[in-house]
Amino acid sequence: MDFTIPLLILAIPLGMFLLLGLAGMKMSHKTAGVLGTLGMGTVLVLSYFTAFQYYFSGNPEFISEAGQRLQSIIFNVDWLAFTPNLVIRLGFLLDPISAMMLIVIPTISFMVHLYSLGYMKGEKGFQRYYAFLSLFSFSMLGLVVATNIFQMYIFWELVGASSYLLIGFFYTLPSAVSASKKAFIVTRFADLGFLVGILILSFYTQTFDFITLTSDPGSVLASTAGATFMGCSVLTLAMVLIFMGGMGKSAMMPLHIWLPDAMEGPTPVSALIHAATMVVAGVYLVARMFPVYLQVPSSLEFVLVIGAITALYAAVVACCQIDIKRVLAFSTISQIAFMMVSLGVARPEIHECLGYMASMFHLFTHAMFKALLFLGAGALIHAVHSNNYTAMGGLRKYMPITHITFLIGCLAIAGIPPFAGFFSKDEILVAVYGYSTFWGIWMSCVAGLTAFYMFRIYYLIFWWNEPDYHHRPHDGEMVMSLPLIILAAVSTVAGFIHFGEFVTWQGHEYQIHMDYVVAGISVAIALVGIFFARFLYLKENDRPRRMADSCRWLWTAANRRFYWDEIYMFITHKIIFNGICRPIAWFDRAVIDGSMNGLAIVTNKASVAIKNLQSGRVQQYVLLYLIGALLLAVITAWCVL
Amino acid sequence: MDITLIYYLVPSLIMFCCGIYGFLTRKNMIAMLISLELMLNAIDINFVVFNRFLYPGSMEGMFFTLFAIAIAAAETAIAIAIIINIFRADKNINVEDASQMKN
Repeated sequence: MDFTIPLLILAIPLGMFLLLGLAGMKMSHKTAGVLGTLGMGTVLVLSYFTAFQYYFSGNPEFISEAGQRLQSIIFNVDWLAFTPNLVIRLGFLLDPISAMMLIVIPTISFMVHLYSLGYMKGEKGFQRYYAFLSLFSFSMLGLVVATNIFQMYIFWELVGASSYLLIGFFYTLPSAVSASKKAFIVTRFADLGFLVGILILSFYTQTFDFITLTSDPGSVLASTAGATFMGCSVLTLAMVLIFMGGMGKSAMMPLHIWLPDAMEGPTPVSALIHAATMVVAGVYLVARMFPVYLQVPSSLEFVLVIGAITALYAAVVACCQIDIKRVLAFSTISQIAFMMVSLGVARPEIHECLGYMASMFHLFTHAMFKALLFLGAGALIHAVHSNNYTAMGGLRKYMPITHITFLIGCLAIAGIPPFAGFFSKDEILVAVYGYSTFWGIWMSCVAGLTAFYMFRIYYLIFWWNEPDYHHRPHDGEMVMSLPLIILAAVSTVAGFIHFGEFVTWQGHEYQIHMDYVVAGISVAIALVGIFFARFLYLKENDRPRRMADSCRWLWTAANRRFYWDEIYMFITHKIIFNGICRPIAWFDRAVIDGSMNGLAIVTNKASVAIKNLQSGRVQQYVLLYLIGALLLAVITAWCVL
Repeated sequence: MDITLIYYLVPSLIMFCCGIYGFLTRKNMIAMLISLELMLNAIDINFVVFNRFLYPGSMEGMFFTLFAIAIAAAETAIAIAIIINIFRADKNINVEDASQMKN
């Protein structure tokens, strides 16, 4: 395939970032917004074309005779050649998952660009906002098409930086500033693990290249055999450390604390970055490295356990939040954990690695319906000027488009057929049940909770009791409603895509079989969750309050997110700051600064003491010189005689 | 009576000491300059005399003296120029007062 179009996919958002970032202040808001949206629209068309070429052209570059989808490098340039062995390349890799991401990212990004034309209208720094959106799109696209793990790491940090910039977009709000710092520091801390993992892995395998690493992991990893560090094999260590980077970006416990706070950013940003694209980078990373993970089953176990615990935790917390964006944030954490679990249970012997495909399928559908839900939440916030459901209620009459699309989003995430979430979640549950019944039941419970908390906010927003609105809430303008409608349509039909034909482990076609037992159970559980939510929240009543009162400690704990922030505060402020930082600061001030200051003080004192010698009186100088010369003469004479 | 080396060195030493004494005690810059010239001339005498008595065959000491005289003349011209400028500024050529230049 020609390299022009793939190169343009990356170059257009980057160029748009530079254009809007450098010349944006000279443009009107409208020009900047339309320009950014058009740029993204072009990328959308080009990416669709590329993905279409990849999946359907039948080009031998992309699909073998036997029907196996191949990994194909479109271009790969030497970027930093340190030594003949250590070369960092930047390139464009097309394979089933990157082609899928080429559909997901531009779609969501374009919808968000379009939506923001209405949502962000009149905001100060509108051009800057569009510049950052373009930067983010560029980084995310660069991340998914990375040909080697180092390129991925570079773009990984770039998405982190653009996420930081966008969370802190309202930089005059202290809460937004601290949220952006929190997001950056937490993910940066995780990326440290990622970097160490990369270095360990590439030290042993002598390569950064994904294709070399994943095409024949057994022989590449042979060099790590027997190498251990602190009683654990270095390969396991490297894979767990690489996963740690994914835990940070994908907000897995215990590194999830930044994502709920990241909701301080503008809502379309939450939809794009903190729901659909950036936060799934961790899942994408594990999927990308999956053949290597498969060599180390213990690290996949780790992924599974972390994912399962996070899924349950986030679902429980989501049931007790008041801010609707926080509910969606925890729901995102929970759904990403679903994908992680799915990867964690993927084994070749269980339905030919069904978990891998299910995870990617869920990534795809989740991106669509979660972006939809966030954009819907944005429309609600736009209408009532509050993030809390307490300021909403009975909105179905006033905002019909938002109501219908939000309902579709809720049905999709709850897993009600025929909406998209049902199919992908069902595949995940089949994969999990195939691996272990215990985790299967666990994840089914989480799926039930998902249905409950989504319909809890749905009923509280659109039914319940109508508060006093200062002015009549109404649907957003056309540019805001259109993305909602498109995404709702996609969320309705996306489940019918035969995903197994496009994305599977090793690229062989996989025929999806409906497992009616699992599907029936999960639909039943979801319906129970929905009806329970309907029972509690349809009309204003005191049942929810009585229920909360009956186990107040649990409600409070969940509302406070099980005190994770407090624990972090305690560890950082009390232990790290007092135990480590203060001694270091003391050492810096007392010993390092002290010795420098001491030197300065001694010099100063000495110069004060001897400065009277430099009187400017010539005769005094001569006298001193004479005395010195005589002394030298006497000493010389003494020595000679 | 033979005129030996010592007959030249003693007046030269006296001249040199007078120069030092004058340089250290006089406050008038012109007087100090004169003292300086006195010291230089004492040294010149030494050069010539040592050359004459110790190495009668060679001329280095003589040449050295000629150069020293020439340089001393140039140096005196500069010193006088400086002193005249100080006098123009201060109406005074006391060396103690000139120490204010260091600020």
